[in-house]
Amino acid sequence: MIELKHVCKRFGDKEILHDISAIMETGKANLIIGASGSGKTVLMKCMVGLLEIDEGEVLYDGVSFSSMSNIERKHIRKEIGMLFQGAALFDSMTVEQNVMFPLEMFSNMSYRERKKRVDACLDRVNLQDAHKKYPAEISGGMKKRVGIARAIVLNPKYLFCDEPNSGLDPQTSMLIDKLIHEITVEFNITTIINTHDMNSVMEIGDHIVYLYEGRKQWEGSNRDIIFSQDEKLNQFIFASQFLQDAKEMRQQALLHSNSSDTR
Amino acid sequence: MLLTHVGRYILMLKGMFTRPENWRMYWKEFMRQCVDIGIGSLSIVLIISVFIGGVSTIQTAYQLVSPIIPKSTIGQVVRDTMILEFCPTITSIVLAGVVGSKIASELGNMRVSEQIDALEIMGINTKSYLIFPKILAALLTVPMLVVISGFVGIWSGKIAGVVAGILSAQQYMQGIVLDFKPFNIVFALAKSYTFAFIISSIPAYFGYHVQGGALEIGQASTKAVVISCILILLADYGLAALLLQNG
Ligand SMILES: Nc1ncnc2c1ncn2[C@@H]1O[C@H](COP(=O)(O)OP(=O)(O)OP(=O)(O)O)[C@@H](O)[C@H]1O
Ligand SMILES: [Mg+2]
Repeated sequence: MIELKHVCKRFGDKEILHDISAIMETGKANLIIGASGSGKTVLMKCMVGLLEIDEGEVLYDGVSFSSMSNIERKHIRKEIGMLFQGAALFDSMTVEQNVMFPLEMFSNMSYRERKKRVDACLDRVNLQDAHKKYPAEISGGMKKRVGIARAIVLNPKYLFCDEPNSGLDPQTSMLIDKLIHEITVEFNITTIINTHDMNSVMEIGDHIVYLYEGRKQWEGSNRDIIFSQDEKLNQFIFASQFLQDAKEMRQQALLHSNSSDTR
Repeated sequence: MLLTHVGRYILMLKGMFTRPENWRMYWKEFMRQCVDIGIGSLSIVLIISVFIGGVSTIQTAYQLVSPIIPKSTIGQVVRDTMILEFCPTITSIVLAGVVGSKIASELGNMRVSEQIDALEIMGINTKSYLIFPKILAALLTVPMLVVISGFVGIWSGKIAGVVAGILSAQQYMQGIVLDFKPFNIVFALAKSYTFAFIISSIPAYFGYHVQGGALEIGQASTKAVVISCILILLADYGLAALLLQNG
């Protein structure tokens, strides 16, 4: 569980995050959604300590992370896996070496065991034939998937994904969402996902935090979102006529199933 | 402004000294850097040494016109200028360009594309994992390159002298062993260690602290090279004043 208490972040005199409090639950996919520039990436970086927060507190399972020194943070960091918005793969290493890197650094596995683990992780993200390629030789979507494989290779307790499926086709995108959700539930991970993909919101949004210009505008589950009256949220989520229609249909279906439940 | 840079530079150096997360990986990175810095700049060092040696012989001969001075003095003068000044300083200035810009742009690119952040998130001290091996590798390989440069320079001085008909090989070799001070070698090595530290740590500082994008990486590596060169010349003067004036 990761707890945010009144988190504020400023760059110079520009306040990017205003007083954000939320609880990111374990074993659930916690989504942070919001328009481009609303502060999702900044919030995620504040949570992992890449940016220092100006006010408030971030707690990892009750332990205050934001007041720790960098050396104390190392322990928690070994249990964090993170996918960056631009994947941040190591240019000088092949795909396989990228995924193997955390294992080499932090595990005592033999080469055979490491190789097996790397193959398993790359298989899970549906990348079987890129092992020997360098990051410069693969597509943006493939980089994302390698980034995810690298983030999960050490079985993290906390998983951060900054837009895991931007730049992916709908099918791969669904696959990645399902994968992240599966491992979240299977290994009881605290997962935080930044996204503005409506499919992800509806499919895996166990817990959703909606940011609007650096403020928490709304919070709830993907079920609540269907019935939400929040105007800004509705404008953001159901932006097109198609999605409006889909929302109404889903509302009907849910209401219908509810009434047949109670009967 | 200058003070903030100096402060951050010292903090960076201080931050390198932590216990490695995994010795084997640090060793691997160190070896990679040795190959990159040492082997990678061997050819350019060989080329400049050959030319500096040749030019030194010809120009020394041009300046020593008096018939009372024996020809072997040319060899002696070439030897001492090569060892004392040309090999350590010119080699290091060229390496500041070759190695320095490489270190600055490699780290700058890693910073801008968030690779450094990715390492930090894994719980790795990036200062010790990325910067320390580079400085150690430079401290190991740059003095070696300077020694190689000395041999090659003095040897090519002989060839140039003989080919131009200035003096015979015997005369040159007589000059080489004449009144040889082993302290000069110590002095040259002291210089090369100092310069090695400058050309690795200064570019590392500028690369590691890049903010922005590709444009800033270019600016950082230019700055790194210019400042390294200036510091090399300052240190050159400082060491000469310190070690030679009472020696
Ligand atoms: N290092 C920084 N210095 C100054 N301002 C910054 C910095 N990083 C981000 N910002 C500002 O913070 C705001 C939020 O940026 P952020 O990257 O969090 O957006 P985002 O929600 O992740 O958007 P996107 O969906 O496009 O990734 C932006 O207005 C941006 O200009
Ligand atoms: Mg972002």
